[in-house]
Amino acid sequence: MMNKLIFGRYIPGDSVVHHMDPRAKLLLSFYFIGIIFIANNWLTYAVLFAFTLFAIYLSGVKWSFFINGVKPLIWLILFTVILQILFSASGGHVYFKWGIITISQFGLVNGVYIFFRFVLIIFMSTLLTLTTPPLELSDAIEYLLMPLRAVRFPVYEVALMLSIALRFVPTLMDETEKIMNAQRARGVDFGEGNIFQQMRAIVPLLIPLFVSSFNRAEDLATAMEARGYQGGEGRSKYRILKWHARDTWATVSFAVLTVVLVFLRA
Amino acid sequence: MNPIIDVQHLDYRYPQQAADQLTLHDISFTVMPGEWVAIVGHNGSGKSTLAKNLNGLLAPAAGTIKIDGQVLSEATVWDIRKEIGMVFQNPDNQFVGATVEDDVAFSLENQGIPRPEMLTRVKTALAQVNMQDFATREPARLSGGQKQRVALAGMIAARPQILILDEATSMLDPRGRQEVLATIREMKANSELTVLSITHDIDEAASANRVLVINDGRLKEEGTPAEIFQHGEALIKMGLDMPYAERLKAALKRQGLQVPTKYLTEKGMADWLWQLRSNK
Repeated sequence: MMNKLIFGRYIPGDSVVHHMDPRAKLLLSFYFIGIIFIANNWLTYAVLFAFTLFAIYLSGVKWSFFINGVKPLIWLILFTVILQILFSASGGHVYFKWGIITISQFGLVNGVYIFFRFVLIIFMSTLLTLTTPPLELSDAIEYLLMPLRAVRFPVYEVALMLSIALRFVPTLMDETEKIMNAQRARGVDFGEGNIFQQMRAIVPLLIPLFVSSFNRAEDLATAMEARGYQGGEGRSKYRILKWHARDTWATVSFAVLTVVLVFLRA
Repeated sequence: MNPIIDVQHLDYRYPQQAADQLTLHDISFTVMPGEWVAIVGHNGSGKSTLAKNLNGLLAPAAGTIKIDGQVLSEATVWDIRKEIGMVFQNPDNQFVGATVEDDVAFSLENQGIPRPEMLTRVKTALAQVNMQDFATREPARLSGGQKQRVALAGMIAARPQILILDEATSMLDPRGRQEVLATIREMKANSELTVLSITHDIDEAASANRVLVINDGRLKEEGTPAEIFQHGEALIKMGLDMPYAERLKAALKRQGLQVPTKYLTEKGMADWLWQLRSNK
């Protein structure tokens, strides 16, 4: 179950989007969140949607994954949209007014825009996580943190930490499963009773998990030292990132998108 | 020829131990290049502690360790670690890389070896342990035996002169154990590799040229596997599982049969039984 939450996200594929440099994907995803705020009319939102849907089409990932990406957040989105509709400043035709609550044309349109914004951001970030393995993302983060070395931030160490953490997630999942089964065999009920009982059932799970994690950490540190690890400086890198023509093209297409949005906005 | 491992009067004490309590007590032995030496003993006898002293993961209280003529000290420890590859017991807890090839490259990255050379070394090392088809796999999708073979590939890529196996096969199923041992035999056949294996496994000990028995932190006995295996049931006291052939011999002896005192392999035992039948 937890496995799906974190790791079932990446869907292996052979598309242009899959083969893009993770740095490009990460940066452009953030950039996209920025330029969404340029859009302020129907036309600009239509352009953004067309762009996003084209990117999804290129990735070859099934549409249902994106709809499923929106689902868990739908209540949060609706809540925000309703707040926007009820409490935004009035403008245009006013349909309903009661105390501080106003439903106006302006508010309704803004509510719909906010809904679009959420959906666009979720689609784009889902596209990022569905087409990029976690390890590549951590490589991209390492690269993007490089400038921080100037202020003595331990970039290499943090990157190794991240990759070891990712590597051990499935191992610890297995272990959790094993411990849960062992506790179940002794009569512990997970997911039964009220919230406090459920929380109490987690304790006998966490303690053995912590103990074994520390033991693993010690073993791993010994193995790393035996294999000559002396900290990040002076290491060479096996895994490298390559910037291809497709990454340049993607960047250019985002630039064009920005220009189009600026021209079309009201 | 000079010994590649030369240990003289080694004492070791864990920091929390009292001054008169020693985990290792006056251990001396030498290993020649290309030799395969097995170290046997019970749990807690100090075998693993000894292994960790050899590459400076632990610092001895007294005595000297020479690896390939170099005395182990704080100044030489990183050079010596390059010469010693160590495979540990738990396949999961020594897998550093996020994928198979990353893990094989880990030692090479630490040594700062340029990338083009890493690529070729990783490739040949994986081919040698027959894991080339798994290069981009994550460790979660490998069996224990496969993970240990990846660990061995990591050693092959780093090209150490000495390989220390710290109960490297003890957490594997019989098949994984056979795979790993076969890989080590092949590695030995391909290069002048010195192997030091710490083990409870009789097959692993039988593969060695020489067996050292450690008990309570002292070196108790030293001999060829055949000499050591003659001890029969006393083997269990030494921390070895008795080989099947020896168990059979002991059982036959209890039945009043005259059995050979010499150590026999399973095949030798079968031959002997056949002869016994036909002589009747």
